[in-house]
Amino acid sequence: MTWRPTASRSTLARRGDILATIRAHFAAAGVLEVDTPLLGAAGAGDPAIASCAVDVGGRVRYLQTSPESAMKRLLAAGSGDIYQLGKAFRREESSPIHRCEFTLLEWYRLGFDHHALMDDVATLVARVLPEVRLAREPLSALCARAGAPDPHRATTGELAAWARALGLQMTPQDAADRSLLLDLLLSEVVRRAWPTGGGGFVYDFPVEQAAYARIRPGVPALASRFELVIDGIELANGWHELADVDEQQARYREEERARQARGLPSMPPDPALLAALAAGLPDCAGVAIGVDRLVMLACAAHDLDDVLAFGRDQASETT
Amino acid sequence: MASYSTNQFKPGLKIMLDGDPYNIVDNEMVKPGKGQAFNRVKVRNLMTGRTIERTFKSGDSVEGADVMDAEMQYLYSDGESWHFMNPSSFEQIQTNAQVMGDAAQWLKGQEMCSVTLFNGNPIAVTPPNFVILRITQTDPGIRGDTATGGTKPATMETGAVVRVPLFIEEGSLLKIDTRTGEYVSRAKEE
Repeated sequence: MTWRPTASRSTLARRGDILATIRAHFAAAGVLEVDTPLLGAAGAGDPAIASCAVDVGGRVRYLQTSPESAMKRLLAAGSGDIYQLGKAFRREESSPIHRCEFTLLEWYRLGFDHHALMDDVATLVARVLPEVRLAREPLSALCARAGAPDPHRATTGELAAWARALGLQMTPQDAADRSLLLDLLLSEVVRRAWPTGGGGFVYDFPVEQAAYARIRPGVPALASRFELVIDGIELANGWHELADVDEQQARYREEERARQARGLPSMPPDPALLAALAAGLPDCAGVAIGVDRLVMLACAAHDLDDVLAFGRDQASETT
Repeated sequence: MASYSTNQFKPGLKIMLDGDPYNIVDNEMVKPGKGQAFNRVKVRNLMTGRTIERTFKSGDSVEGADVMDAEMQYLYSDGESWHFMNPSSFEQIQTNAQVMGDAAQWLKGQEMCSVTLFNGNPIAVTPPNFVILRITQTDPGIRGDTATGGTKPATMETGAVVRVPLFIEEGSLLKIDTRTGEYVSRAKEE
């Protein structure tokens, strides 16, 4: 039985410094720190994210996979700019760069679109990783550079042919699943977009991968979403938040359909969140950053064990 | 045979792909913050030895391959078949030149080999890491000949040809590393 920490004293000190840097960044910008409940009435609707259910004495509550739901209720209630630095939980995630329990930084800025929020993310990241130069490119440009299909214009057949050439094991249903094929395209292209030691923002996603981002009409229509990748590691995901409540409800229904199609348990959104969205979310952009991964990059570590006080305790059973 | 979900993937797991048994060499889970997760795996075809890359949707299942390694004693070859025996059950199996591959050139009889069985049939034979063999033919070394790197070819009693130092003489017993096919040292007469 090893009871000792998996991170060194100097790494824990660096981690503490980074948490202080984050708080200083938001204090200087006048963004309010909030601290919402970890136990929620609903889990994540996203079919790719599994929530941990907890028995709180006769009732089931879900450890939050991100503080998004509670923070949007605060925004709808007029909180103004807010950030949260805390724990989030995702079941069945375990790898050198995944843990079931992890530290997430999530924030929302009023009146920002995804480009203004990318600027804000870049300023914060530069305070932690001053030597990293961040590129900024639309997803279609990354795909063109990688010789991959255009994510907005390629037919589903072209996407399937590309996936097959990459060695994806597909059923006929998989080969017709545009959203699945785009997920593969995104993960392959974005991870390898910039050389080791560098990174950047990729923005303007296909509408199938809009998540909760606004879609700008046009040909092609583009989702105002971005990701930040450094050293091939996904660090942040953000977007210009959808404000249209009908459109938001339609996306929740689409998630629920996808859950059913995959045989996953139903996970309807928290009614309190729906009521808050109906009352009106202000025009804002939001983003979440994996803080453990940020510390890992700052310490040039290659495994989360090296930057977590007790890394192996947080790995799920599958390791 | 059991099937395995991608979250059970790990190096060494034997799975079936396109009708052939494969060994997982490397497994990387690519799990984005949003969207479907994938497992990128490197797999080695146990029939051909070729390594390829495949991608699986995380959560998908794959049929396991009934592959096991058995320690068996090499008995003899009649030129077409190579015969092996399980030393505890005395059960005998035979295999052919294609399955033997490079292993055949190191074996003279009695050696314990690792025989890979797929559905009970041999698909690969791994000889002992080191074998002791006698040289049946080699030319006398010429002093000062450095053009060949100080080595010369020697034919062993099994037919294998190994590069040996110039001072080694015909009839000597040598220790050979079968993984590299290289001379290790002279061996003592028993």
